[in-house]
Order: sequence, then structure tokens, then C-alpha cells
Amino acid sequence: MSIYFEQQDIVVPGQLLAEGDYRQGDGAYKEQEQVFAAVIGLAKMKGKTIYVVPLQGQYTPKVRDIVIGKVVEVTLNGWLVDINSPYPAMLPVMHALSRRDATHAKENLRRWYDLGESVVAEIIAADRTRDPLITTRGRGLGKIRGGVLMTITPARVPRLIGRKGSMINMLKSELQTDIVVGQNGVVWMKGSPDRVDITIDAIRQIEREAHTSGLTDRVRETISAKLADMKGEKDE
Amino acid sequence: MSDKKAEAEQPLIDGKGLRTDGRKLDELRPIHLEVGNLSRADGSAYIEHGRNKIVAAVYGPRELHPRHLAQSDRALLRVIYRMATFSVSDRKRPAPSRREHEISMVLRQALEPMLFLKMYPRAAIDVFIQVLEADGGSRCASATVAALALADAGIPMRGLVAGVAAGKIDGKIAVDLSDIEDKIGDADVPTVMAPERGEITLLQMDGKLTKKELATALQMAEEGIHQIHEMQKEVLLKKYAKIRDQIAEVSPELLEKVEEIKEEKPKEEEPKEEEPKPTRKRTKRTTPAKAEEKTKTTKKTKTPKKKKTESPKETE
Repeated sequence: MSIYFEQQDIVVPGQLLAEGDYRQGDGAYKEQEQVFAAVIGLAKMKGKTIYVVPLQGQYTPKVRDIVIGKVVEVTLNGWLVDINSPYPAMLPVMHALSRRDATHAKENLRRWYDLGESVVAEIIAADRTRDPLITTRGRGLGKIRGGVLMTITPARVPRLIGRKGSMINMLKSELQTDIVVGQNGVVWMKGSPDRVDITIDAIRQIEREAHTSGLTDRVRETISAKLADMKGEKDE
Repeated sequence: MSDKKAEAEQPLIDGKGLRTDGRKLDELRPIHLEVGNLSRADGSAYIEHGRNKIVAAVYGPRELHPRHLAQSDRALLRVIYRMATFSVSDRKRPAPSRREHEISMVLRQALEPMLFLKMYPRAAIDVFIQVLEADGGSRCASATVAALALADAGIPMRGLVAGVAAGKIDGKIAVDLSDIEDKIGDADVPTVMAPERGEITLLQMDGKLTKKELATALQMAEEGIHQIHEMQKEVLLKKYAKIRDQIAEVSPELLEKVEEIKEEKPKEEEPKEEEPKPTRKRTKRTTPAKAEEKTKTTKKTKTPKKKKTESPKETE
């Protein structure tokens, strides 16, 4: 029974984290009573479970995640949407349109979502054997009109949101910009162009410094400095 | 390479027991590692091992094309080892050679057992290894960079692998053979290992060795691999530590404060499961889908709402 790391340590794959009666969480694995790291990330222990919060990696679809995707194919009974994961998502007509629309939909599905258009969707089914299913029916879901899209490493989405949304709410209130974060790392935002520029910079900073602590305060400082600059320029 | 005869007569070990480049028998060539130097790849690494210069890029796990190659229970690992035409002194013909195909295959087999491929069924993980300059032992150096690039891509793995060749020159066992030692030496044993558990994932031999000699060669290779593995770990950690240090430069007080907070309440950091909830709430408020809602009748909007309010309860 011994632990070979401290909370929040950066660990590399294959690093021995603990020996004895511990459980492996995400990003860790157990072999003969020894727990090792499986990915590069921050090691954490909660109770008897040891896990590694990854700093890199692809998005794996999970049921009830909100994602932002791009329509890549229009099929006979729905759409294929690229959600920035190893698997393309299926958006069947049934889960995209109202029943009344769905009966007319056979004529031309492109009337609703055409190739290259982006949608906010919720994942309703995801398992190992089939491609994930998504829906655009629901509040806040549907086609994206206007605004700016950017992509960050999906592994750093939790940091962008922050504990109970602290980070993202700070960004929204400080910058007066609408932001929607997809769990797949795609971020949509809409606001005045100047503020959107600052938002993009702030999100890039969060992505880059995701593994450091005290990030929210640091980002807030940079933002207020930039907002002050912006104001100063306007006054002149 | 022009005068092979003259080379063959040249001793590989001098009177002091030093090799042509001044190394001792158990000494590695200088190694330099970099991680994450390609911005468009999911993971990348670069190695200079002696005069070898090799870049590795990892893409994936990603959608597999052509689809018929998909395996329903695991991801497909594809490794491609390629040498640049300018990587050797006589221009290499650009078409993939027999040797490149073979090395691609053995490297795939060297990396495969270290990856948790079953986590990504039907997907593909692509590893591209490009040799910019070759100097003997390039397949071992390739395994070293490929493992780094895979780790950099965040692909779940049991551990890193590292490689180095051992062999016999002038009748003596030596580690990390250079190009000339490889060509006119007596034997060459490329080895790739997972150092943490002492598992060998690649072992080849060119030339002849006795059982005893092979044992010493393997032992020397293992020692070299341990040294390389330490460098691998260091460079991976450095990528993230660097950013931490930069922040320290900007505001050392802030970092101190941060450290204090970290020590006081390490549990404060967000547990994973809690995070999706706030997003969902926010998305409801802000998403630009007004047009969608307008088209729906009141009856029909109710159904998804109901579903939503119920589903979180189930999990709680």
C-alpha cells in the first residue's frame, strides 16, 4: 500500500502510481496490484480510485453530451455529422425534425440541414458497436446561424467550463459574449467582433495553460487588461 | 562509402578501446528529443540519435478508411516508416522499398502490444515515421520517437517503448552501433523494449553471435534503453512544465498563491462527472436555434423537455 505521486502531478504513460489495494479510474490501469498511468495527464486520487485527467486526446462520444458538429453527408433518412471524434454521428430525420416536417422531409433533406452547416446536438446513444446517434430536437439545440466557431483539444474542455461553470460564466459576463461549448472541443461564440477576438485569445490561453492552477484569475486579469486597451483605443 | 575495402581494413576499436567516434563500448551516441513539434498532427516527436534525424507524427484515433479494414473490437494501428531521398549518401529512390515495408511492419508489431487498442473499436491510429537522415539503428530510434508521438497524442498505452541496437564489432560486444559499425561489424541486434516491465517487443539479428554473446548484447541494450527511457519521460514532462515555468516568470507571487491553494484543498478541482451539467443548462439558454423552435408545435416541444427533466434524475 503505497502511492508514488502527489495530487495534480503530471505523469507519463507507464508511470507507476500506486501499489496495493487501489482501483483504477479513467486514464489509469491496474496490473498485478500495481496501478499505472495510461496517458499523459494530471494524476488524481479520490477515495481509493486513482485516475489521470488527460491533457491530450480525441473526444469519445458519451450519452447526453452536448456537441457541435458539421454536416458532412446527407443520406436518405438523415444526416451524417462530423463531431470531431473517431466516429461520425448519425442524425436521423426522426430526431431532427418535428413529425409534421418529417413527413415532407423525404423530398429534400437539405432544406433543413445542408452540407457544411453546423449544428448543436445532444448525443442520445453511444456504444462500442455502432456510430453514435444525435438529436437536434430540444431547447438550445439546432442549426447554428452566425457567430464564430473554434476548436480546442477536447481533453481541455472541462477546464474551459471550470468547476460548476466558473470559467465559462466568467468569460460570458466579462466579455458579454454568447458562448456554447461542445464537449467535443468545438466552441461557438457570438458578440461584437472586438470582444469575440478577446474571447478567442482567452480560450487559447485556457487551452494552453489547462494544467496549471489559478487559471480563472489569471484569465480574468488578461481579459480586463485587454478590455481596458480596447476602451482606450476608442477614446482616442 | 566509396572505398569499402579501405574501410574494412580500418579498425573499429582503437588501442585504447575506443570506437571510431570516440565512444566506449557501452556508450550511447548523443540523443536529442523533442515532442509536439508538428502543429497539425494529433501527436508528434522528433529524435536526433547520433546522426539519425527522424520525425514521427500520430493521427487518431480517427475514422478508418477504407471501411472494410475495420476491426469490430479494436482500433487498427497503421505504421508507415519512410526514408527521405536525401537521408542517405547515395540518393534513395523515392518508391517505398522492401526494407521500408519490413521496418514499417516490425515497428507496428513493436508498438501494438503497448497500446490499449480495444478502447477504440473500428477506428484507426496512424503513425508516420519520416527519416530525414539515417545513421545506423534507425529502426530503434524510430520506435523511440513513435512511442513519444503516441504518448503526445494522448493515446492510452501501457507504457513507452524505447530502442537501441547492440552488436559485435571487432569481436567485442558494443551498444548502439553507428552506420559504419553496422555495415562492417560482425553482428547487429536491434532491440526495442518496454523498460518498465522488461518486455522485449522487437528483436532482430543480423550476423552471428554465440548464446553468451547474445545475452551480453541484450543486457547492454537494456541498459541503453533505460537511459533513453529516462530522456523520453523528461521531454514529455518538460512540454508541460515549460508552460508552468513561463507563468512563474510572469508572476511568481501568483504561482506561490496558487501553490498554497493547491496544498490547502486539492479536492477543489472539478470532478469529471459534474462538468457536463452546467454546459447543458447554458446551452439551453444561449443557443441560436430560435428558428427551430418556431417551427415546432407546442405539443411537440413538450416531449423533449419532459425527457430532459427526467433523465438527470435517473443518474443522481
